[in-house]
Amino acid sequence: MGATLFDKIWDAHVVGQRADGRDLVYIDRHVLHELHAPHAFRKLKASGRRVRRPDLTFSALDHTPSARPGRTETTNPEGKAFIDAMREGSRENGVRVFDLGDDEHGISHVVAPEIGMVLPGATHAVPDSHACTVGGLGALAFGVGTTELEHILATQVIAILKPKRMRIHLEGKLGPHSSAKDVALKILSRIGVSGGRGYAIEFAGPAARDLSIEGRLTLCNLTIEMGSRSGFVAPDEKTFDWIKGRKWAPQGAMWETALAFWRTLKSDDDAIFDTEITVDCDGLAPQITWGTDPGQVVGVTGHAPDPAQLPADQRSAVERALHYMGLNPGERIEGLKVDRVFIGSCTNARLPDLREAAEIVRGRQVAEGVTALVVAGSRKVKREAEAIGLDVVFRDAGFIWGESACSMCACTNGENGAIGERILSTTNRNFENRQGRGVRTHLVGPALAAAAAVSGRIVDISKLESVTP
Amino acid sequence: MKAFTSVTGVAIPFLEDDVNTDQIAPVAGGTRLHENYAQTLFRNRRRFDNGLDDPDFVFNKPQFRSGVMLVAGRNFGCGSSRESAVWVFQAIGISCIVARSFADIYRENCLQNGILPVVLADSEADALDAAIVAANGAAPFTVDLVARAISGPDGFHLTFDIPDADRTRLLEGLDDIGLTLRHRAEIEAFEAHIAKAKPWSQIADASSL
Repeated sequence: MGATLFDKIWDAHVVGQRADGRDLVYIDRHVLHELHAPHAFRKLKASGRRVRRPDLTFSALDHTPSARPGRTETTNPEGKAFIDAMREGSRENGVRVFDLGDDEHGISHVVAPEIGMVLPGATHAVPDSHACTVGGLGALAFGVGTTELEHILATQVIAILKPKRMRIHLEGKLGPHSSAKDVALKILSRIGVSGGRGYAIEFAGPAARDLSIEGRLTLCNLTIEMGSRSGFVAPDEKTFDWIKGRKWAPQGAMWETALAFWRTLKSDDDAIFDTEITVDCDGLAPQITWGTDPGQVVGVTGHAPDPAQLPADQRSAVERALHYMGLNPGERIEGLKVDRVFIGSCTNARLPDLREAAEIVRGRQVAEGVTALVVAGSRKVKREAEAIGLDVVFRDAGFIWGESACSMCACTNGENGAIGERILSTTNRNFENRQGRGVRTHLVGPALAAAAAVSGRIVDISKLESVTP
Repeated sequence: MKAFTSVTGVAIPFLEDDVNTDQIAPVAGGTRLHENYAQTLFRNRRRFDNGLDDPDFVFNKPQFRSGVMLVAGRNFGCGSSRESAVWVFQAIGISCIVARSFADIYRENCLQNGILPVVLADSEADALDAAIVAANGAAPFTVDLVARAISGPDGFHLTFDIPDADRTRLLEGLDDIGLTLRHRAEIEAFEAHIAKAKPWSQIADASSL
């Protein structure tokens, strides 16, 4: 019997097994962030331990810095303590900080791939549930809590029971204006927020292959919203081309050696998965969440559900979500008035995302009464976007062009919406109060977010021409 | 880590599904390095927009203030990996969470902090839910990890499964890092091996190789 890619990566990283049955899986790269790591540094110090492999460990500052243009480390006053603690813990342990102003500054899940830190077949851990993002390069990533983070700092392994294997076949060719985000939302509408629980997910099939690498990073980013800690796409020539020449990627003869190995990284034809699901993405239209979890999804021309037409045991949760979102049963989603638009986050703030949004925005204006913010995922993305003039497109239209940070996704940097505001957001979580108390979040891809910004309402992109300018 | 053997006291019913960690331990609108975790717990859910406490929210009800265990629904603790979503329960004295299922990272975070996560099948969960709702904080329940049993008023009794490894670790309060460091030689041997087999994996900036 053949092996799945998941098994191949897992088995190649198992160092041993503990008496309690947990596998010790070696972590090739460990990236920390300032919201959680300071607590782990403190506990590590208290127990007289040190970071075992500081050379494989890196510190990002992404959750707490303000994204306001011209921000400094004190623009968000509450963030300063996190940043200081992060710098101190990193310095004491010899861990490099990707500090504000460094070339490598940005959201960790954006920076790690773009500098060539994450390589196919590698293991990766971050004390953040969106660690799974880097699965888009064919790496196996684990989002971890603070105590697990401390464990990895001290040992360079994670002690973990092996999850089951799921493969999701993505069939067909996406419709116009749809992107990886829509694919992920479509999957979420099928399997919900717990369908992937206990599994590592391999995304396969033509619609996964056809995605750009940035698209695959977006798709894998949302694995955790499906309930799964790890998700990935097997690496292919597109992946290798994307990595080649990046700052920390192997070069020359070492590149050739690595490449020969990476080409073996695929599930065998006769590999057995515990669960296989097929999702038809043919002609897929842009998707949008209507409710308060990422599995509550409809096409943009669709309607919110009517609880009266649902099984009794599902009604109260749907009623609660509709009430929070300020929607009537069965209400049409298109046409809802929008107060704010956020384009950013580890989900959708890489260069192609910004380009996709800019294409919609170009020559148009942000609608009256809408606050629109674009935050590039990293300093590098920001610089590259500016080099092709995207900043001008956004600014001319009335968008705020922010500094790289998690910003209005984590909302731990002093930026959030106000009670009752409806926000179209390219982020990953539409939970109650996620973007501020009482804020109504609809998750969308960059194009739909941009279309809402310029029309002031949720609008099907294909109808945009008739709405504005 | 503090050991867990058993706990007796008030059980708090929170019978919703898919409760995410952003609800349990909100961070939007202000978070500090040294947070008051007891105040963070369900910070948004427990009060109205005008800032006053919602008296109907279960954690605000006087009979549940002394709760020692939580009974939840499906997929409890989904979303963000933030461990503060476990610390907020510890801060108010809860040491056991019973649910129909837990999100993967959340369950691990419970174990890492000596909080017992009990998973019940639907039939048992239905019975427990009914019993704690009926008790309404007036009668104690006991979760006994040694006996793997939950008992309560009127002869209420059920048993639960938990992986032996997790049970042992909780019962003995084992130091997880200490357990792993017993394998230090294997970790070092692995590193020596892959440094030769896949040199790029042991050097972060592999362009220098």
